[in-house]
Amino acid sequence: MVDLSTTYLGLQLDNPLVPSSSPLTKELDTAKRLEDAGASALVTHSLFEEKIREEDERLMRFMHNQEIGSPEADTFRALPDDYMTYQEKYLEHLLKLKSSLNIPIIASMNGTTRGGWVDSCKELEQAGADALELNIYYVAADAQENAGQVEQRYVDILQAIKAQVNLPVTMKLSSQFSAPLALVRQLEEAGCDGVALFNRFYQPDIDLETLEVVPRLQLSTPEESLLRIRWAALLSGRVSCSLAVTGGIHSRTEVIKALLAGADVTHMCSALLMKGPDYLRQVLQELQQWLEEFEYESVAQLKGSVSQSKAIDPAAYERANYVNVLDSYTPPPGVRW
Amino acid sequence: MPHPEMDVIDGNQAAAAIAHLTNEVVAIYPITPSSPMGEWADEWSSKGQKNLWGTIPDVIELQSEGGAAGTIHGALQAGALATTFTASQGLLLMIPNMYKIAGELTPTVFHIAARSLAAQALSIFGDHSDVMAARSTGFAMLASNSPQEVMDLALIAQVASLESRVPVAHFFDGFRTSHEVAKIETVPVDVVRAMIDDSTISAHRRRCLTPERPVVRGTSQNPDVYFQARETVNPYYQAMPGIVQNAMDAFAKHTGRQYRLFDYVGAEDADRVLILMGSGAEAVHETVDYLNRQGVKVGALKVRLFRPFDANALLDALPETARSIAVLDRCKEPGADGEPLYKDVVTAIAQQAMAGESRFKQLPRVIGGRYGLSSKEFTPAMIKAVFDELAMEAPKNHFTVGIRDDLSHTSLDWEDRFRTDAHNDNFQAMFFGLGSDGTVSANKNSIKIIGDSTDLFAQGYFVYDSKKSGAVTVSHLRFGTKPIRSSYLIESAEANFVACHQPVFLERYDMLDFAADNAVFLLNTPEPQGAVWASLPAKMQTQIIEKNIRVYAIDAYSVAAAAGMGKRINTVMQTCFFAISGVVPHDEAIAEIKQAVEKTYGKKGKRIVELNYKAIDMTLAALQEISTGHASMAGEYATGALKDRLVKDADSFVENANSFIKNTDSFVKKVTAEIIAGRGDLIPVSQLPDDGTYPTGTAAYEKRNLALEIPEWDADICTQCGKCAMVCPHTAIRAKVFPSELMTDAPPAFKAVPTLGKTYPPGNHISYQVAAEDCTGCTLCVDICPIRDKSNASHKAINMTPQAPVVEQERENFEFFLTLPEYDRTTLKSGTIAGAQVMQPLFEFSGACVGCGETPYIKLASQLFGDRMVVANATGCSSIYGGNLPTTPWTKTAEDRGPAWSNSLFEDNAEFGLGMRVAIDKHGEQARELLQSMAPGLDQDLVEGILTADESTEAGIHEQRQRVAQLRKALESTADERAALLTELSENLCRKSVWIIGGDGWAYDIGYGGLDHVLATGRNVNILVLDTEVYSNTGGQRSKATPKGAVAKFASGGKEVGKKDLAMLAMEYGNVYVAHVAYGAKDTQTLRAFLEAEAHDGPSLIIAYSPCIAHGVDMSHNHRQQNLAVKSGHWPLLRFNPALAAKGKNPLKVDSAAPSVPYRQFVESETRFNMLWHSHPEAAEQFLAQAEKEVAHRYHYYQQLAELDWEDPAVEQQLANKKAQAMSDKHQGTRGRKN
Repeated sequence: MVDLSTTYLGLQLDNPLVPSSSPLTKELDTAKRLEDAGASALVTHSLFEEKIREEDERLMRFMHNQEIGSPEADTFRALPDDYMTYQEKYLEHLLKLKSSLNIPIIASMNGTTRGGWVDSCKELEQAGADALELNIYYVAADAQENAGQVEQRYVDILQAIKAQVNLPVTMKLSSQFSAPLALVRQLEEAGCDGVALFNRFYQPDIDLETLEVVPRLQLSTPEESLLRIRWAALLSGRVSCSLAVTGGIHSRTEVIKALLAGADVTHMCSALLMKGPDYLRQVLQELQQWLEEFEYESVAQLKGSVSQSKAIDPAAYERANYVNVLDSYTPPPGVRW
Repeated sequence: MPHPEMDVIDGNQAAAAIAHLTNEVVAIYPITPSSPMGEWADEWSSKGQKNLWGTIPDVIELQSEGGAAGTIHGALQAGALATTFTASQGLLLMIPNMYKIAGELTPTVFHIAARSLAAQALSIFGDHSDVMAARSTGFAMLASNSPQEVMDLALIAQVASLESRVPVAHFFDGFRTSHEVAKIETVPVDVVRAMIDDSTISAHRRRCLTPERPVVRGTSQNPDVYFQARETVNPYYQAMPGIVQNAMDAFAKHTGRQYRLFDYVGAEDADRVLILMGSGAEAVHETVDYLNRQGVKVGALKVRLFRPFDANALLDALPETARSIAVLDRCKEPGADGEPLYKDVVTAIAQQAMAGESRFKQLPRVIGGRYGLSSKEFTPAMIKAVFDELAMEAPKNHFTVGIRDDLSHTSLDWEDRFRTDAHNDNFQAMFFGLGSDGTVSANKNSIKIIGDSTDLFAQGYFVYDSKKSGAVTVSHLRFGTKPIRSSYLIESAEANFVACHQPVFLERYDMLDFAADNAVFLLNTPEPQGAVWASLPAKMQTQIIEKNIRVYAIDAYSVAAAAGMGKRINTVMQTCFFAISGVVPHDEAIAEIKQAVEKTYGKKGKRIVELNYKAIDMTLAALQEISTGHASMAGEYATGALKDRLVKDADSFVENANSFIKNTDSFVKKVTAEIIAGRGDLIPVSQLPDDGTYPTGTAAYEKRNLALEIPEWDADICTQCGKCAMVCPHTAIRAKVFPSELMTDAPPAFKAVPTLGKTYPPGNHISYQVAAEDCTGCTLCVDICPIRDKSNASHKAINMTPQAPVVEQERENFEFFLTLPEYDRTTLKSGTIAGAQVMQPLFEFSGACVGCGETPYIKLASQLFGDRMVVANATGCSSIYGGNLPTTPWTKTAEDRGPAWSNSLFEDNAEFGLGMRVAIDKHGEQARELLQSMAPGLDQDLVEGILTADESTEAGIHEQRQRVAQLRKALESTADERAALLTELSENLCRKSVWIIGGDGWAYDIGYGGLDHVLATGRNVNILVLDTEVYSNTGGQRSKATPKGAVAKFASGGKEVGKKDLAMLAMEYGNVYVAHVAYGAKDTQTLRAFLEAEAHDGPSLIIAYSPCIAHGVDMSHNHRQQNLAVKSGHWPLLRFNPALAAKGKNPLKVDSAAPSVPYRQFVESETRFNMLWHSHPEAAEQFLAQAEKEVAHRYHYYQQLAELDWEDPAVEQQLANKKAQAMSDKHQGTRGRKN
């Protein structure tokens, strides 16, 4: 029997399959099904800074606009006492997950500033989260802000959060950093317990009818995993924090590659959304079969065995790879150059 | 005696607290100013708060006050303890049931926030007209004078009613008491418990209707016994005063507060006495105390139990020394030789004297007078004037006080400067703010803080203007070590603290006139510290120097923005008040504000609390005392330079108030402008219309300059579609087509371009002009504009731009625009938005809420039909923004044609409009008859033309008007004696369009019976229902139009039943034109519906979706919400045109596609629905699931109806008969020839 267990953020997990933040972890029922299918931990759906802010704004407007200065109407509907805020509802959900599931729950927070939302992590800890995943979904759209300042933003937020909680904290990073290795080291110094590679930015689209810019949600494809696997391989062995690969993990193939590159866990999302929570069971079984077939004793043995430092051709993860790829391209059948 | 608990509450809450505690059934209907009582009861019940007997009172909202009274009557008959709250016309609607309830000797207490009755005009403010109209119902009547008394007497009324079986109308002055926030000693629950004798309740229950003890009640009686039976109740009424006094005495034992049926205050040996009831009695009490201290022998009698009237108790309470007595009534009984209380007092004294038992040393002279109608101020100076009058040799009887009556000369003069010394004991503060800037809520909060954290007594009263958008509020706060009896506003030179929350008020209001010597003035201003002094008007500078006022300034908007509070300045200004007023020690005050913030927002969001904390801290750092300029100005003052400047400035406030009124008639100058300037109190009787008739077109005089940004037209890319003008809720953006040559006189910045396309002949320009000073900056015109700049997607054909830099130029442009001639409406294409929007709107610049969803419909009707429109308007938002003085948005054309508008009541609007139709039709018929009979003496073609006119088009209408004008001319030279009558009636030979307008509260609820009946008459009226799906005007109570799952007052857990389908009900008649429209979703369908409805020669019903701030949406998204409502299936667009059925076609057209947006998306976008997900998520999901099904079903049902093959057997038969007849004629003809 192959030992599938792994360690992530100091948590002992039964296997490296950890569903990432998605609508599936939003419902108790589907979360339970994920656990039953073999998920070793869950990342909850995100507590969004924007939603907290938006609700604050809406509540302020609502309470403020109650008063229109009419002698006939002191208020329109007042806010009921049993009103639960977005944050309160999130915490309630977290409590429910904790009481119904046995696997560790990693609470996800999504935001970009050091504003009031950071305080929420304390409450997440109190509600029983086993770790925090911090998704700083930040698009550097400010021309005044240089790369160093963007990186410092990550460090600052992390420090603000570490100062408040005793939980392990992982950072879900963007792939768009000039020097990810150096950044991860910097984060590590600031107390980061792990990094998740990488966030997928949903791309805004232009509606040709209205000329409005509209958000578009597209699920990932397995190809996207390769970018992540490369950076996992480059980080593995060079940093001591946990590594997770997220984005494009659709089957055991990507899971194995990610582990080989050095990931401690892999996060699945799009594949589960497309095939349902029970699909995880299949991936887990296939992973086990593969490991047995190739006579691995444990995931630990496999982890990082093809990281850059241990790869047959370390340069293949770097620029050399690029030249080879370009040269190897031939036109598809029927196409003449 | 239990330890007294103090609380800061208003009169309504005080009454509701006792009512909720001592009743089982509460049936209500909202009416200002009593609505909050029902809302409190509902809120407590929905939170599970129990009554004295451990059960939660059942609170139910009815369709009218008549319904509420009927429900109460039924509940009482079934043995429940039941109550209701009402006012004004609401009380009148209850009168029939009140007679029954009293006639059947049923204990109950109705709590009434006494309010004026609609007579020459509606008024929401306080007086005793309503309760006096109910004084013969058999209800006992008990008056409370202050919030403290409201709570105390509410309990005494309950106790006495149960014991006596006589129902009680417990009343207190609307607004002055119902809305006065005061620190009062609350009545502990155990006192209520101890006061109520459960055996009286058992007795009530034993009398109830039950099959276990079957009886019959409510019989009809004949001449033989009715009279005697009516006299059977006398012993109960004789016993009632004693029972009330006993309850008062028992109450005193529990609380130490002793009341009497008639409470006398003042000198034991007074020779002059005032008698009155209600809040005014407190001001009298204060004045009497003051005068007594001056050695003046006066007194006052407060009447508490007015019915049953205990004459002996009244007389016993008066001092024997009284030589002259004035009885003051807060109501008017036209035609009577005195008002009710006066006559009762005279009768009491006369009866005693006639019996030879007079207790007076000398029979006193009694005069009666009226005061305080519609919350008119009643001040110590006026009270003193009455006492002075009593000292006269021949005092004036039937006088008035508080107004200047130069018509019937009833009024007493008063010495305006007279003050009592009550304010010496008080700290008095005034705050000038906008309704929307949170000034009132901040002040309520401040009173609570001061009331809770100090031993001071506190009083707060709030004065609003009549507008919904940009309403001005003035808060009057008093704090003092003694109970505050000043039931009047803070007067000139009395305020220790004056705050100006809006910099624009500096030019508008003489705020420092209210400041006392050494007062503190707080100003919100964007000026930097060094420039503040110079920015003040000269008059204000003079006042500051003369009164030695300390001035503090803060840039509240900047502080609020920097603290992340946006434009919300309430916390900032409240902090300033505490920081500099000195009412509570500084540090303690700041801690208290923070605590209050935590209490208000804590549960809702830590960040909100933090933002407020941040704002508080930043405020303390930013608040500056303005002193530097002071010294230099003092120099200027000393040298007289300031005085010179002052003279030059004249009275800048008066100047500003009148500057916009140019070349206009004297009425507008003498009345309208004076009211706008806040000097309405000074207008003498003779200047006001005697029958409530006012000129239209006056909203144009109120340049309110509310918008920070206004729309700017980009003529180069505009396609001239007219949508911006169509959606403007305030008619502040106008389209006009005019001859190009007129451009030569245009101001340089005036924009116009040649018309596009072939709609207009060449040589015409079009302009879309903004009325910059009337725009409210709602942004809806920009939102609807479909045109984008090809090279810059964010730039539209209309864009917002800051108002201040362009206001001068745009004022000039708009003035020029108004001088341009209107385009000939007979050639305009009214069937297109672009064409209809060139028609002159005859509804402009309403004071409706910013972004109002109702007004565009009214404006559209005024454009299409305004010059032939008569409007019956139900009470509600549309009657308030439509006809609340000083101005009206209804206006007229250059030819003085335009809508004639009236508001009758809330409940009877359909019938009111029907009456207009009937009259017009009758006069039309009479005119045609006359015309026919006079035809021989007139031009035959003209007569024929008039009688057979086709007025289905604008051109036809125009021609008919010309023919009628010709007729009038011809009649001038006729000797026929019928000519005068025909001339008088001739206007009815032209088509008139009757519009019946109101909200869903009227159409679905209180006026539904009438509306239904009017539809059934088949008469040609157009009914426009502005459906906001909630009672908007009275603060968001549920109506039968409220959709399932929406949260509203009286539906705090989401409305359980679906919205009534008014369209479907109306369609059932078959001959009613029905349309369901939403202009923001499909404007062309709205336009078509209006045209078809008006063209339909029968009843038409347009149900118009109207987003409202009560929906909890940002009104700048008004169109998006309309779109979502339509696309989600919530609001299907349809038209049912009986004209089609007559042609054998299906009359129903569904104009919206099948629901394409999930219903969830619609409900999640509106707070009225989505709030439920935050409080009752399961119920919300359930409602959503049901509503989803229902909207799908409804659409499907309509769709099926619309697809029905319309083979009407009757029509088919008719067609077949015709055919057969033709065949037969043909056949017979042939045969005939043959034979």
